[in-house]
Amino acid sequence: MADFEVPELKEEIAPPPVREGVTGHLKPFVADAKFQEPLGYPGELVDNWQEVAIAKMGELLGKYRSLRVFLDICVKCGACTDKCHYFLGTTDGNNMPVARQDLLRRVYRRYFTFAGKYFPKLVGAVDLTEEVLDQWYSYYHQCSQCRRCSVFCPYGIDTAEISMAAREIMDSVGKGQKYCNEIIGKVIKIGNNLGLPQPALADTLEGLEEEVKMDTGRDVRFPLDEKGAEVLLVTPSADFFAEPHVDGLIGYAKVFHQAGISWTLSSYASEAANFGMFIGSYENMRKLALRIREAALELGVKRIVFGECGHAWRVAYAFLNTLAGPFDFLDPKYPVPQHICEVTYDLIKRGALKLDPSANDHRRVTFHDSCNVARATRMGDFPGGQFVIPREILKSVCNHFYDMPADTIYDATFCCGGGGGLLTDDLIELRVKGALPRMEALKHVVEEYGVTHLVAICAICKSQFSKVLPYYGFEMDQILSLHQLVGDALVFEAQA
Amino acid sequence: MSVLTVVFALIFYLATAILVAGVGYRIWLYARTPAPLKIPVTPAPLTPAGVALRLGKEVVLFASLFRSNKWTWLFGWVFHFALLLVLLRHLRYFQEPVWGWVALIQPFGKYAAFAMVAGLAGLWARRFLVDRVRYISAPSDHLMLALLLAIALSGLSMKYFFHTDIVALKAFFLGLMRFDLQPLPADPMLIVHLSLVALLMVIFPFSKLLHAPGLFFAPTRNQIDNPREKRHLVPWAAQLEAGERSASTTS
Ligand code: SF4
Ligand code: SF4
Repeated sequence: MADFEVPELKEEIAPPPVREGVTGHLKPFVADAKFQEPLGYPGELVDNWQEVAIAKMGELLGKYRSLRVFLDICVKCGACTDKCHYFLGTTDGNNMPVARQDLLRRVYRRYFTFAGKYFPKLVGAVDLTEEVLDQWYSYYHQCSQCRRCSVFCPYGIDTAEISMAAREIMDSVGKGQKYCNEIIGKVIKIGNNLGLPQPALADTLEGLEEEVKMDTGRDVRFPLDEKGAEVLLVTPSADFFAEPHVDGLIGYAKVFHQAGISWTLSSYASEAANFGMFIGSYENMRKLALRIREAALELGVKRIVFGECGHAWRVAYAFLNTLAGPFDFLDPKYPVPQHICEVTYDLIKRGALKLDPSANDHRRVTFHDSCNVARATRMGDFPGGQFVIPREILKSVCNHFYDMPADTIYDATFCCGGGGGLLTDDLIELRVKGALPRMEALKHVVEEYGVTHLVAICAICKSQFSKVLPYYGFEMDQILSLHQLVGDALVFEAQA
Repeated sequence: MSVLTVVFALIFYLATAILVAGVGYRIWLYARTPAPLKIPVTPAPLTPAGVALRLGKEVVLFASLFRSNKWTWLFGWVFHFALLLVLLRHLRYFQEPVWGWVALIQPFGKYAAFAMVAGLAGLWARRFLVDRVRYISAPSDHLMLALLLAIALSGLSMKYFFHTDIVALKAFFLGLMRFDLQPLPADPMLIVHLSLVALLMVIFPFSKLLHAPGLFFAPTRNQIDNPREKRHLVPWAAQLEAGERSASTTS
């Protein structure tokens, strides 16, 4: 099935012996001019790229405290070395978080510190050569910016911050990544990652209305661009037709329907994903975020609710207010924005939903904490709500719920292997290997409790799992959207 | 006044100046650099008191390291707290009269020196024995441990083998503080010990020892989790916004 070796699933997640450079050859396609230029980046590697890169690094050091502090303070204690799923899956030493940081740190030291200028050998400082740039391109695209390393670092050093900065530097010299930059371009031009224009979207939604009518006999609506709706739902565009995402979208629609909340999608802001974050570009991230503000103003909604997506929820929860706020024109009774899980959970608590968990009796489920939700956001009004709320929802809609081992969930969760702008076929080997720790944890609950399905609240996780599950002997449809289970458990009386 | 005394007086004035100015400059840089986005690693505290507690647990207990790796935690924690005790014990060379609690901890400080050596040895052993740690170690990482170990061992050897005149030594340091030079005892082991300490002070602001002040500046740990409640906007981001607005009104 694959032209590379799929790692074997073990009983325990254990650090492998370090090997050097074994996945140095893995790198995503480079963006050409037509994907670079619309984002404000040079179309190809500029002649004086060293100079430009160092200048950019200097600029970022002045703009981001995280970068400035993290490049200085690592003590090489090694605590993070066995925490990255890409290291565990590939065994490549450069995929140890500290080694990944060092690729940039060595250059930082050479050009920006006293020790590196005068004693480069002693502190391992190096010149920025073509070889180094190639290594950056490889290994900063083998980081899903999942922040697991940061949880375990005694100083909270977040490799995601470093890899975002590195990608921003590479973009600025003309060596961007095709997958991310092409997608950002599509959102700027059309409004979503898929490049799905308004008529096609309207069509798709109509199809969904018919499908749900057949299933439930109810007129559950999927409104688009409806002015005056209470809620603007912003959801990853994969929800419009990828499997199992679309079943999640149907779930949200059913929840809104039963709760009697009027809602709408927007064709202008038909994308929750914001790949501007992955490439570390404040400007591009902001451009995409502003579309959501404009859509909310245009449609005159009172609330903004985000669908199931991990990094999108990070940009929404943690950055939206900064990038596109203030949102003083929305109803102050609700946080801005809200997660669909917060909405559903509140409704369940208030008894506003009629649920029959036995509808999911044929499923025994476990929950995958998506990294961005787990380690970069919150749900509800207490720390850790992002772990509790989805699980509480799951338990109210399904009778058989089992957690994976404690060191692989909550804030210690393992990435699906496809986050951070790596969900592209040119990185499939990396994606499969990076999924190893999660697959090992899944295998554990499958064997122990007979778990049949993995439930997630992230579009990237869902796509990634449907692709990699089969490599490890599972079925591609063993991954489900949380709101699919909600939708299936909702009881609709026959329409009068 | 001997040449030795004058040279060491100058060395210590210089080393202190470099340490204070260097670390001060770094802290100023960290404090001045904005953190444009809310990036606390969650679950994160919702209040300033919560953040203080979170940082306190990192500083006192090395909480994240404990979760991460028990051996590194053990060696690291033992080393740092032994070092703290040893440093406090050395306070007696800089005060007259000696504060009560400094006198009180003297006997513990003695054992702490051994603990410090043990912790350092453990940390250094990991750099050789654990392949992942070996992979990420640069020469400077080994040398830093060597330096700390040499300081500890030279200090210990004076305690047990090469006694020095600590009364004169104390007079020397008190003199330094009062700008009134007093002779420094010319014992070789003391010279070694003091030279290494001065070297460490000079290296501090240019090395990974910056983790000490840096810890307090990590946005992943020191930010409050309230992005929805309170809009977070740094000056350069506000400027970007303002620039756009004026561009759109003039166009
Ligand atoms: S855990 Fe932190 S300080 Fe330790 S090696 Fe990793 S990044 Fe550096
Ligand atoms: S952020 Fe995640 S993917 Fe990147 S180095 Fe850290 S653990 Fe690995």
